[in-house]
Amino acid sequence: MTRFISFFGLGLMTLMLFITTSGLPVLFDPESPAALHVSPRYIEKSHEETGSPNFVTAVLADYRGYDTLGETTVIFTAGLATVLLLRAARKDSDRIPGGKEE
Amino acid sequence: MNRRFGTIVLGTAFRFLVPFIMVYGMYVLMHGEYSPGGGFQAGALFGIAVVLDRLVQGEEAMLSISGTKAVILAGIGTFIYGFIGVLTVLLNGNFLEYGVFPLDMIEGERHALGILGIEIGVTICVMATIIAIFDALTRREEW
Amino acid sequence: MKELLSQYFIYWLILVLFMIGPFGMIYKKNLVKKLMAMNIMQVAVIIFFLVLGQKAGGTIPIEIHGLTGVEHYINPLPHALMLTAIVVSLSTTGVALALLLLIQRRFGTLEEDEMLRRMNQ
Repeated sequence: MTRFISFFGLGLMTLMLFITTSGLPVLFDPESPAALHVSPRYIEKSHEETGSPNFVTAVLADYRGYDTLGETTVIFTAGLATVLLLRAARKDSDRIPGGKEE
Repeated sequence: MNRRFGTIVLGTAFRFLVPFIMVYGMYVLMHGEYSPGGGFQAGALFGIAVVLDRLVQGEEAMLSISGTKAVILAGIGTFIYGFIGVLTVLLNGNFLEYGVFPLDMIEGERHALGILGIEIGVTICVMATIIAIFDALTRREEW
Repeated sequence: MKELLSQYFIYWLILVLFMIGPFGMIYKKNLVKKLMAMNIMQVAVIIFFLVLGQKAGGTIPIEIHGLTGVEHYINPLPHALMLTAIVVSLSTTGVALALLLLIQRRFGTLEEDEMLRRMNQ
């Protein structure tokens, strides 16, 4: 019974997403709204302002450098969380973690 | 992944692959402003080289970094990134404004130096996180 | 009909790839398969974002000597944003695999109905 309801719900979601694709911009259009406001400035001024002909690196590390700092913190936190999860479970679960180091 | 895994073919082929992958990763990092590349891609390549050595040779690998040391390395990488940002504030600029370095270059080259420093920090962090995740998932349990 | 197909066909393909995600997460009983279905869904979203940034007749966003003009290079902004998304998906998969290891040690199994049976005992 629940399988039938979930199948009906997923089918409805597929149908609605299918109808929504008619409202997306025309494919490969140079005048689409995504390429109009700030992206021409990044393409034109990137070489003289940042000294790097690679626009993607210039956007990622110079124009949006603050976002990349938050990104690096996310990666560090994920590695830290994995190590902490699997170290605390290896020792005896009754003892307080932080016993004798190996 | 804790004992030696390879037969003759695997045990010989990886000795050719690991140095080339590391040199390629260093090239992608340094050339990231002129060709596709940058910090994240180079960090993934370095991490892959160390994980390959660990997979084939088990616990007696040559390039083995334990889990806690890898987390400390990742912290150092993030600290390098934040340090460059604070350095530009101490030199009377905004946060992460690369134009205030007191070097004798044109404006664009100072930005290029700042971008290179940032990418080195990101590379160290990504490499250490890949090694830390792999090590934590495959370490032998002690019951 | 041919213009309709050439305008929207890529979006339909990406929709098929995207719907593999929720179907796999609901109908598969193994926990690792559910995790991999979530990963497929993330890849579909990344590809959809990159398709929105293409331009007809544009080349890769690295400046070539002597070729200036905005209409010759594709939009670099989706590529930079999706680098972040790829790395976030790596971090999520790593932490989720660590949690699956802990579940395996606690319950002894990774199948969903077997796990629910042992939890309710």
